[in-house]
Amino acid sequence: MTRVLRMIAYRLALGLLTLFVVSLIIFGATELLPGDFAEAILGQAATPETVAAIRRQLGLDQPLHIRYFEWLWGAVQFDFGTSLAQRGRPVADMIWVRLGNTLFLAAYAAVMAVPLALTLGILAALWRNSVFDRVANSSALSAISFPEFFVAYILIYILAQGGWFPSMARVPAGADLGEKLYRAFLPALTLTLVVTAHMMRMTRAAIINLLASPYIEMARLKGMRPSRVIVRHALPNAIAPIVNVVAINLAYLITGVVVVEVVFVYPGLGQLMVDSVSRRDIPVVQAVALIFAAAYVLLNLTADVISTLSNPRLMHRK
Amino acid sequence: MAFLIFLFWAAVTLAVAIALSWGFRRLAAAVTRGEMHRALRDAPLTASFGMMVILIYLVVAILAPLIAPFPERMVVGSQFQPWTAEHWLGTDALGRDMFSRMIYGTRNTVGIAFATTALAFLIGSVLGLLAATVGGWLDQGLSRLVDVFMAIPSLIFALLLLTIFGTSILTLILVIAVIDSTRVFRLSRAVAEGVVVMDYIEAARLRGERLGYLITREILPNVTAPLVAEFGLRFCFVFLAISALSFLGLGIQPPTADWGSMVRENATLITFGDITPLLPAGAIALLTVAVNFVVDWQLYRASGLKE
Amino acid sequence: MSERQVLLQITDLKIDGKSGDDWLPIVKGVNLTLHRGEVLGLIGESGAGKSTIGLAAMGFARDGCRISGGTIDFDGIDLRKASQEQLRRLRGKRIAYVAQSAAASFNPAHKLMDQYCEAPVRHGVMSRSEAEQDAVELYRKMQLPNPDEIGFRYPHQVSGGQLQRAMTAMAMSCRPDLIIFDEPTTALDVTTQIEVLAAIRDIVEQFGTAAIYITHDLAVVAQMADRIKILLRGDEVEEADTRTMLAEPKHDYTKSLWAVRSFRRAVQAAPEGQPVVSVRNVSAAYGPVKVLEDVSFDIHARRTVAVVGESGSGKSTAARVITGLLPPTAGEVLFDGQPLPADYRKRTRDQLRHAQMIYQMADTALNPKLTIRKLIGRPAQMYLGLRGRKLTERIRELLDLIELEPDEYIDRLPSELSGGQKQRIGIARALAAEPRFIICDEVTSALDQIVAEGILRLLDRLQGELNLAYMFITHDLATVRAIADDVVVMQQGRVVEQGPKDEMFRPPHHPYTDLLLSSVPEMDPDWLTRLLEERKHKDHPLSADA
Repeated sequence: MTRVLRMIAYRLALGLLTLFVVSLIIFGATELLPGDFAEAILGQAATPETVAAIRRQLGLDQPLHIRYFEWLWGAVQFDFGTSLAQRGRPVADMIWVRLGNTLFLAAYAAVMAVPLALTLGILAALWRNSVFDRVANSSALSAISFPEFFVAYILIYILAQGGWFPSMARVPAGADLGEKLYRAFLPALTLTLVVTAHMMRMTRAAIINLLASPYIEMARLKGMRPSRVIVRHALPNAIAPIVNVVAINLAYLITGVVVVEVVFVYPGLGQLMVDSVSRRDIPVVQAVALIFAAAYVLLNLTADVISTLSNPRLMHRK
Repeated sequence: MAFLIFLFWAAVTLAVAIALSWGFRRLAAAVTRGEMHRALRDAPLTASFGMMVILIYLVVAILAPLIAPFPERMVVGSQFQPWTAEHWLGTDALGRDMFSRMIYGTRNTVGIAFATTALAFLIGSVLGLLAATVGGWLDQGLSRLVDVFMAIPSLIFALLLLTIFGTSILTLILVIAVIDSTRVFRLSRAVAEGVVVMDYIEAARLRGERLGYLITREILPNVTAPLVAEFGLRFCFVFLAISALSFLGLGIQPPTADWGSMVRENATLITFGDITPLLPAGAIALLTVAVNFVVDWQLYRASGLKE
Repeated sequence: MSERQVLLQITDLKIDGKSGDDWLPIVKGVNLTLHRGEVLGLIGESGAGKSTIGLAAMGFARDGCRISGGTIDFDGIDLRKASQEQLRRLRGKRIAYVAQSAAASFNPAHKLMDQYCEAPVRHGVMSRSEAEQDAVELYRKMQLPNPDEIGFRYPHQVSGGQLQRAMTAMAMSCRPDLIIFDEPTTALDVTTQIEVLAAIRDIVEQFGTAAIYITHDLAVVAQMADRIKILLRGDEVEEADTRTMLAEPKHDYTKSLWAVRSFRRAVQAAPEGQPVVSVRNVSAAYGPVKVLEDVSFDIHARRTVAVVGESGSGKSTAARVITGLLPPTAGEVLFDGQPLPADYRKRTRDQLRHAQMIYQMADTALNPKLTIRKLIGRPAQMYLGLRGRKLTERIRELLDLIELEPDEYIDRLPSELSGGQKQRIGIARALAAEPRFIICDEVTSALDQIVAEGILRLLDRLQGELNLAYMFITHDLATVRAIADDVVVMQQGRVVEQGPKDEMFRPPHHPYTDLLLSSVPEMDPDWLTRLLEERKHKDHPLSADA
């Protein structure tokens, strides 16, 4: 047991280290900005005096490493400084509500996509080369090939035009859950369709790989029922690959969310990031990028830990 | 009602696509010989459909100025004109001919995506092969670096870098190529790793062969097949990523005709029941589907031949 | 045996395998009759279709295979017409299966006991607690260590030889009428193989179970089977009672199988002068793990030194030290009396040229994308500076030397050659460098016996013609008998004994050499019985594994 704990501690430490380096990259990238940060803020109004004043105000006259650690220390406490575009407004204020909205949307899509994709993927693997498998496989291949905004606009064209669902997913403050689910249905459905395709294909591949193992053949040759072969012999060994598939695709959701939020004008982090990129509002971009990257790293870390725990070779040493 | 109409047209499109791919397969098999002939004759319909579409895109991209009735950037009418005999797909938000911009978009969007993928491959596969062959600290260093880069979702990373470097076509190509080259590095390193452990590589090393010979003569011929298939997949990813960025207004910039930005500029029409803005999006989807179908077929063939 | 009741009757069995979009025949009309309590040995080289027939006896065909003709009658049940449900009830209960790799065929997620109990409980033969007691009983009969406790381990916690016995016990759990053994000892070392063979034979006899024993090893099947059936590429060659088959094989193919073990290299003159290669007090390690300790031996021109040992003995590591792939932690390697740089990258082109290597797996030793011309030509071009016409001439000469027709083979790819031909190309590549010393790393162990014998004869001839010194790495004592002049026996990274072959095969031996020698199955149906008897008297430890 202690060995497993040590292993998990090692993974956690590695995850933290990755996050640390990621933060370095995100912060360091800003330093590559051609010209001066302060000039970028002031634009046309830049005079030597105003630039110097802004530099002092933002702490840009400090050396690089001090600024980095101040930024990181702030970020850990969820203080990302103030926005450049909306002068004086703390970035954290802009992020809080939107983070909640984005998580809601991602969770909404995940709840629909994960069971659907796993079921379809497992069925396609079990009925390999059947008509079902072929249709599911080529539809999935097509769906993967569609840009998210294409899927989104098709859904709008079909479902929103008839007035069944709103194409603008602005969620009014204080809306109840039912209202929220209704308003966010189209963006969630878009994400679901895109992610399901990926997840289904990966699940299918993982299960087919597993079913080719000699111990599955052995279980059949022992005269076990097909259902028992699946539940008792395949499933316990499928946890690790399936968890990995789910983690990879949830991580994919993070990216998908950006485009979908823009299409449906959904007030989430993705939209904020896109707006901030066009305004070159660097503190906001940094903050959002850090949050997305952290979520990504955490997902992969979780998958790693779960696969470790599901592996008898690691759980029961010699 | 919209839904039923959609279903009807989907069914018609599918039927036409199947018929065309069937015909294309017959044609392709008729004009080829030998190994190629056999492969094409036995190709599934999806793959021949894919090849047909890719061929059409290629022709359109090369002959764009000849096909397009109007110049790429010229305002030729009033805004948002409906489909007419003169402007087959109407006009866009500025009054430019939609059909002509679609045609030029083939050249711009696909060309940029292709250049980006090629660059990503150049960087990624050279480093990947080197890392696998040389091993040691070079491998460790590059692999850890790539691990960290890959810990940041690629679209987010691209957005971050575009904020900093601005959104010209050159930076767009460089940024996406560098980000995507990490994936190519991973794959080419993994594939080359599988080759490097083979006894024939050990034999070549013991013979005293130099690094250049090892990589170009002994390893490269054994990794080209999976790398070519991966090129198709990476092209799809890059193509979709660039389109997404353009759609977000952060990729290819106006007035260059580009499918992603065309969707963005004309999206409002959709809510009025006009499907014109869906066409450039569909053009993106169609090419990606086509490439995926061909790659899928190639991968299947590669795995089938191994047995 | 004809008075006994027939249990399994297979007539004109045909099985196809899928290749691309076509079905090609794998088994082309095989008949087989098995009586109750009888053990039938199915013998054949790779591709003979023996495993496929074994599975068909359970009414099972792997993915990509289909039973296309004939009948399979098991105790009055037509397995080809039986429903899936009927077959399911038979499998595990009345017909059981023991796979080649127990490590892969036990489910890694469950304990041995859970997997043992599954069949008897699910088939309603006994309750879980009865099954557990029965398991311990069988584990004890199979001479597994700690029979009370071993069932509560996971497969990865148990050694290979023990797993194979546990799998046999599992197959016995429902006391089936028939067990299919599919190469159950092929993946094991010789000393481990003995215990598994003894345990299997013992338990099959005790319960009077009928068995089909599939293997490519004649000596093994001679110990296990009452009758032997020989297969060749999906066709049956002949079938007879074991003793008759061994004593007077009728068919040419069978005779050639029997004859392979007869090759003996002519006795060589005693070594003289300076050794070509000399390994002096070499120790080596992979990181903190010591793999070689104080190893010394010499190899003279025109002589073959066989380095023998089981997996993990360090014999291949010794080769890696000599070639410079693994620099030793102590000691040195001399070539013509001069020390070689420890790392191959520091060696001169001439030093590299004179020590060549032939690999076990010709498949991975030849670059699949290069033609024979390039494969053989490169060393000649590099080391001897041959170009153009001269190079082509040399390549043709080399092909002649390895007995392959130059015109036919020079522009082929390795994938267009058979296993034995590939191995010959590996030899030609080594010869192209015109070396004085060649390391042969298990060069025959991946080949069928008849092909392997051809390779040994070729190597022997070339040695005389070209004045070569060979280092032969092998685990197979038959190969040692055939080709070695001197033998070095290794165990756990040390040399336990070395000397001329004749002395080594004559007692007294070092205890480990003795164990190794006596564990090699012989083509005598009484060998195993006699050996077990002897060991019982000597109170010999079976092996370190038990």
